[in-house]
Amino acid sequence: MSDHPRLSLRVPEPEFRPGTKPDFSGVNIPRAGSVRRPPVDTAPEEIRDLAYSIIRVLNRDGEAVGPWADSLSGDALQVGLKTMMKVRAYDTRMQMAQRQGKTSFYMQCTGEEAIACAFQTALEPGDMNFPTYRQQGLLIASGYPLVDMMCQIYSNSRDPMKGRQLPVMYSSKAHGFFSISGNLGTQYPQAVGWAMASAIKGDTRVAAGWIGDGSTAESDFHSALVFASTYKAPVILNIVNNQWAISTFQGIARGGSGTFAARGHGFGIPALRVDGNDYLAVYAVAKWAIERARSNLGPTLVEYVTYRAAAHSTSDDPSAYRPKEESEAWPLGDPIERLKNHLIVRKLWSEERHTQALAEVEAEVIAAQKEAESYGTLHSGPKASGRDMFVDVFKDMPPHLRRQRQEAGY
Amino acid sequence: MPTMTMIEAIRDAHDVMMARDDNVVVFGEDVGYFGGVFRCTRGLQQKYGRNRCFDTPINESGIVGTAIGMAAYGLRPCVEIQFADYMYPAYDQLVSEAARIRHRSANDFSAPITVRMPTGGGIFGAQTHSQSPEALFTHVSGLKTVVPSNPYDAKGLLIAAIETDDPVIFLEPKRLYNGPFDGHHERPVVPWAKHPLSEVPEGYYTVPLGSASVRRPGAALTVLAYGTMVYVAEAAAAETGIDAEIIDLRTLLPLDTDTIVASVEKTRRCVIVHEATRTSGFGAELSATVQELCFYHLEAPIIRVTGWDTPYPHAQEWAYFPGPQRVGEAFKRVMEA
Repeated sequence: MSDHPRLSLRVPEPEFRPGTKPDFSGVNIPRAGSVRRPPVDTAPEEIRDLAYSIIRVLNRDGEAVGPWADSLSGDALQVGLKTMMKVRAYDTRMQMAQRQGKTSFYMQCTGEEAIACAFQTALEPGDMNFPTYRQQGLLIASGYPLVDMMCQIYSNSRDPMKGRQLPVMYSSKAHGFFSISGNLGTQYPQAVGWAMASAIKGDTRVAAGWIGDGSTAESDFHSALVFASTYKAPVILNIVNNQWAISTFQGIARGGSGTFAARGHGFGIPALRVDGNDYLAVYAVAKWAIERARSNLGPTLVEYVTYRAAAHSTSDDPSAYRPKEESEAWPLGDPIERLKNHLIVRKLWSEERHTQALAEVEAEVIAAQKEAESYGTLHSGPKASGRDMFVDVFKDMPPHLRRQRQEAGY
Repeated sequence: MPTMTMIEAIRDAHDVMMARDDNVVVFGEDVGYFGGVFRCTRGLQQKYGRNRCFDTPINESGIVGTAIGMAAYGLRPCVEIQFADYMYPAYDQLVSEAARIRHRSANDFSAPITVRMPTGGGIFGAQTHSQSPEALFTHVSGLKTVVPSNPYDAKGLLIAAIETDDPVIFLEPKRLYNGPFDGHHERPVVPWAKHPLSEVPEGYYTVPLGSASVRRPGAALTVLAYGTMVYVAEAAAAETGIDAEIIDLRTLLPLDTDTIVASVEKTRRCVIVHEATRTSGFGAELSATVQELCFYHLEAPIIRVTGWDTPYPHAQEWAYFPGPQRVGEAFKRVMEA
């Protein structure tokens, strides 16, 4: 061996593991209202600092402050709150349905509701999302029927995906929601391609790609950024940084980079970092990025800082790899509580109205569930047909599949 | 002798090899602190340190590409792809790189890596957690492909794979992790502890690559199977009363043609069973091999029982899965011919 000092491997580790007490007091959270709002046509190199800060609107007293605070009416905020509550009620019921054996699998978005719900509100009809499996809020905020979502979860006789897909792998072109894949990151370059097509055809519609912190490590993430950068595609590239990719903390995907948002700057793509648990901040940032795309100014990378408060999925037990108290200790709070407090401070809401709204969304979800279950669940009642397995492999069924379908008895 | 599940046997194989050889390193998504989503690497980071067992970014081509680089340095990486269905981003590294490095460098470099991945269905995983892509590997010159069906073989084959100087694809039927499964999904899960092949010796031993195992001797027909389908074939033999000779191939490439030929020459009939889609599946290769080597001994056409040529469905899982009834019907057809 030479005289050089010996090399060593760095393997990042999260600060807290089970058995340690999580303490986020050292985390630098910028004050609400403290981050500037540049014009949408600002050159990316002039807003590098925004990739390292956190845009926040709601302060600790529940007030909306600063340059990003102007955007939504009281009515719209009430709708936003109720939509988030509906998403959470839906998640709770479907999680329970899985535990009761009515389906095989479920994934909640607990603590992340503001991101999809507020973002969807900033889009226009005709725009297209390329989501991950944790953006059920996009569908619910766009008015997609809960019953249809549940029929997909149950793989029953009314499942729009005909029993083929794992629960939560929805698809709805009419609601601007591209078919979800179980493989990670594949949708990101597809979002860029859809946006490029809109530009090729001189259209006015824009696309939004979605990815989690862990999946930004996939090569497809980087493919998306290079194409978006080269062709200035009208696309919003969203990164939902919920801190955990199953058991792997965000530092494994982020590596030595300061933030996920900062990855945009290597590609000349403007990047914003936003408090993902702040409905108003998410909406304002989404509006900014969508306006940029729609004005033909090209892509924006947005990192939503949030926390995955529940397990990765019904197959996961997070107590094996992170402290149970970490979710409570997380400094950005709960998105529903924060918007509720804001509306109460503005005298647009009250504890009584909240209790009433909770009862309303729960009743709506329960009624939808009852209807969905009347069309069957995974293991009982009417089912998606085996015959459907052979349909849609191709537009027209080739002879060999016709023979196999016959052999299978359908 | 201790009994182990397939998960424990695979974990133990890692442990044995990491203790024997400092060059063995283990990595993949969720593989380090947590020990893998199926827990096949549980405790290895705690025992051997983060230098030898660690979590990776979610990037399969990165996992395989860095493994190749480490192997070029002289290490012996054994890496995990979380599901075989997630392998596709790594396919270029496997096909264009790992498989050919020895040949293209005239033996100057090689890629002694083991790439483990859970395969197959039966767990309601639908199209992205159920696939059986073995034929995508056997079709590539330069990759060895292994599919264990029980804890004893899993440990011995994995140790042999890690010691192999060429790249090995190690496909673990995930429905077998916690117990043998014969396709009767309506019945309670049978634990490994009740199966003789869950008796796993402590310490080092190998099951050599390229050797099949006759799991059920019989005179009426030969069944070529691997992974979960070995148990399905056993159930079909028991339920039809047909005296099938069931061969667990264990290694698909290199293939143990001696065992296959000896059996087919004896029984004169052959049924091939796999869970993967039929067209261009590994069954086509097996069928061609039997035809080439045993044509004059055959008394009936060779029959394949496989998954249908569709994506693996969720609700229709058991209509897709080639269960004991379909396999039993094939037995009867090949006997009637």
